[in-house]
Amino acid sequence: MGTAYTPGLRVSAHTTIEKVRRLPLKGDVLVKQGDTVSSGTVVARTEIPGIMQTVKVAEKLGVEPTDVVGLLKVKIGDKVSQNDLLGETKGLLGRFFRSEVRSPVTGTVELVSSTTGHVGIRQAATPIEKDAYVEGTISRVIAGEGVVVTCEGALVQGIFGVGGERQAELVTVTNSHADPITDTNITPSHKGKIIIGGSNISGAGLRKAAECGVLGIVVGGVVDRDLMDYLAVALNSPGYDIGVAITGHEAIPFTLIVTEGFGTINMAERTFQLLKSLQGQVASINGATQIRAGVIRPEVIVPLKNATPIEASNAQSGQLNIGTPIRVIREPYFGILGTVTALPSELVQVESETWVRVLQTKLADGREVTVPRANIEIIETI
Amino acid sequence: MSENPVLKDATRARSILATDCGSTTTKAILIEQQPTGEYRLVVRGEAPTTVEAPFDDVTVGVVNAVREIEELSGKSLIGGEGRPQTPAQDEKTGVDLYLSTSSAGGGLQMTVSGVVMKMSAESAQRAALGAGAIIIDVIAVDDNRKEHERVERLRQLRPDMILMSGGTDGGTVSHLVEMSEMLVSADPTPRLGIGLKLPVIYAGNKQAFAQVEELIGSKVALRQVDNLRPTMDRENLLPAREAIHDLFLEHVMQQAPGYGKLTTWTSADIMSTPNAVGKIMQAIAEQRSINVLGVDIGGATTDVFSVFKSIFNRTVSANLGMSYSICNVLTEAKVENIKRWLPFHTSDADLRNQLRNKMIRPTTIPQRLMDLQIEQAVSREALRLAFEHHKSLARGLTGVATEKNIGNIFDTQGTGKTLVDMMSLDMIVGSGGVLSHAPRREQSALMMMDAYQPEGVTLLTVDSIFMMPQLGVLSMVHPAAATQVFERDCLIYLGTCIAPVGTGKEGEPCVTVEFQGKTESIPFGAIKVYPLGFKNGNDGEPESADITVTPTRNFDLGAGKGKEIRQKVQGGVSGIIIDTRGRSIVLPADDTARIAKLKEWLHAMNIPTAE
Repeated sequence: MGTAYTPGLRVSAHTTIEKVRRLPLKGDVLVKQGDTVSSGTVVARTEIPGIMQTVKVAEKLGVEPTDVVGLLKVKIGDKVSQNDLLGETKGLLGRFFRSEVRSPVTGTVELVSSTTGHVGIRQAATPIEKDAYVEGTISRVIAGEGVVVTCEGALVQGIFGVGGERQAELVTVTNSHADPITDTNITPSHKGKIIIGGSNISGAGLRKAAECGVLGIVVGGVVDRDLMDYLAVALNSPGYDIGVAITGHEAIPFTLIVTEGFGTINMAERTFQLLKSLQGQVASINGATQIRAGVIRPEVIVPLKNATPIEASNAQSGQLNIGTPIRVIREPYFGILGTVTALPSELVQVESETWVRVLQTKLADGREVTVPRANIEIIETI
Repeated sequence: MSENPVLKDATRARSILATDCGSTTTKAILIEQQPTGEYRLVVRGEAPTTVEAPFDDVTVGVVNAVREIEELSGKSLIGGEGRPQTPAQDEKTGVDLYLSTSSAGGGLQMTVSGVVMKMSAESAQRAALGAGAIIIDVIAVDDNRKEHERVERLRQLRPDMILMSGGTDGGTVSHLVEMSEMLVSADPTPRLGIGLKLPVIYAGNKQAFAQVEELIGSKVALRQVDNLRPTMDRENLLPAREAIHDLFLEHVMQQAPGYGKLTTWTSADIMSTPNAVGKIMQAIAEQRSINVLGVDIGGATTDVFSVFKSIFNRTVSANLGMSYSICNVLTEAKVENIKRWLPFHTSDADLRNQLRNKMIRPTTIPQRLMDLQIEQAVSREALRLAFEHHKSLARGLTGVATEKNIGNIFDTQGTGKTLVDMMSLDMIVGSGGVLSHAPRREQSALMMMDAYQPEGVTLLTVDSIFMMPQLGVLSMVHPAAATQVFERDCLIYLGTCIAPVGTGKEGEPCVTVEFQGKTESIPFGAIKVYPLGFKNGNDGEPESADITVTPTRNFDLGAGKGKEIRQKVQGGVSGIIIDTRGRSIVLPADDTARIAKLKEWLHAMNIPTAE
């Protein structure tokens, strides 16, 4: 297809960032358009209805379901506390062999069934709050659902991550984009920080980061086995696997963002230098990743104070042209940067014998090679 | 659905545009009636699906795919309103029919419930799967979960729709009321359309409906259909399937981004992709009076279809696929089962990292031969696992009392046997990227032979460019056009696989083949291919020839151990493939010997190997 290439992951020192902050259910929006918010400002709130706890009253009292209504001390709509009496049998002579059933939870009686002999008690609703996540301005209110927060800032998108939203200061812990993070690079001084490294973080490094209270890790690659082994122990779930990579919900002490992929892969130097230049600033990060049905990539956002919004550019973002800077994202040239030198329109047969639409590129190491268009990403700078 | 005068008599349509909106790619085909009166595929176009941000409108991808068709055909198909123009104005402008299928946006995700897992819940699964759904959970009284666990799961999953079943008519009421209480407790919301009521189809005991309605009628969008298991020995899936289809159009399609608009563009209802492919599979089996096994292996899911003894079954393995779901194949199959199909050495760690990288960049293409062979190794395991899943659901009714031979003892244990019988299988139809787009068709043939291990005589075919969904929806309004395009442009004959059942020692005599005047003994453990191509050129209708194959006394080709078979077989891209690797295929335990054996088989099939 004519557009068979992967739009690049965004790596930008200054761009306009929009974050949609939406509730899972309808609720109340607490801010208005134009308001200035900090990352912790609660922008919307709702309540998730409590679960209805079913109490098998007929079974507990040893009576027929149809008899339950007559034995209950409560009715639909009544509020009950844990251990309150729900119903009891009359017993022998009103005194002996009396059975009773008490409420296991605090809530409101919502259901009485003479078919099953069950009583349903709805527990209190759970409040859910959505914060702004990044410092910025409310640019749009989505009535009853949430808001859009807009800010000017630096943005680095990763390819894969685990762990949810966090805010902390950025610290670089390796000398270059090619150096791995090992356990020796991490010290207690990194507590509460987001650490930046090069090509990889080892399994021992992941464990040390958790031990030291590190809040975030941004790195080029991670070996699949190291990450799965760490998650299995941290989540107390032997054999844990990330499945189809819908992540971000893992209850682990830090957020991990991988910028390149699985294995030991140098972080793109441009990405590393940008993150290094932001050292000491507070970033909002999120490891949430979803490959299918609504792509979500992990991100590092550093809002810039008092920055002037950049003009919307007419540059052909997402368009391949001669001279477009690209990065190859599959073997045999995985991770290497290049510049497009030719865009032949006819299909070309590659080594696997597949006929594909290709491009020619001059790689950073000087080689001129042919690559399927599907195997490159455009380096987006806007 | 738009008003279209041509649709009153669809056979008047001379040009037909059809799109399939997949989770990754929107594929469009243009079919036209030729001067001979025959309908043929003219051109195909595709574009990325745009159901997600930043477009959030499926019709953008549809228009892009049709624009590619315009470029390639030199015709103008998109009218002034920015939509496919129907009916055609002249030879160069517009089309008479525009049709579409869809699996974008995660498809139709359903939870089904029944009283007993192996009875009503299993029938409910068959109903939902047959209607093209992906089943995300099965709830039953005996599913070994606590009530709060079911409630939590239901809340978390947020299905598009629930199918509720259980109880024969006049049977249990209390269990259905309990299920309704569970729904009340969970108070689930649908995946799409914040603030809307969740569609629930009730297909259980009629006598329980009034109480179910009283409990959940105001909380969900409830609709009653006939009981899908009215008696223990009868399954009535059609009303539930029709209701699923209707609600899919009314609720799910209307909420998915851009679908409200797309439904006004099409000349007939939009059909879910697997539902459309199922129609084609059923048509093949019916028209040829044969048993058929079909597969559609995609990036996220693998659908398996079968028709045995005229009974149609479909299953979907929601997390077995070649890109998004490739790591689930790794998890379920285990790394050693994928590695066994690789004709070269590689480490577990490298293989695992490579598959993870394919998952996170799902649209990349294998440039090196070894990367292609890794993907084809994964596909063998995905096909095998999805087929195992299919066999477990494509079976007779469980719980039906059958009379035993002695006396009046009734047994319910022996029922529920799988309907899939490989020896009686006549034809395999492969579809989906890894099969339809394999650089050599022989690779598709071998992938299916390794994964399914067909027994006796089986015709192997693939969908040429993956257009069965569009032909499935076309078959609903213009069956003749769908059949003509299917036969001439869609179905590629790979050849006939002849595989004796049994096992033996490497090199021992296994079968004697008499073919085209020559007689040859083929030992155990080999693949031998006899060329037999097409009547006209390189595709189209295959040549047929008589063959006699006599197995040695430990092997069976369907006529019994050691009994010869003599029949007419069809050729294709490969020809006649004699597969004496035994059933099941056992690979040498030693790595070097295994690699040598794989290379021998690949060479026999004319497939290159990576060095």
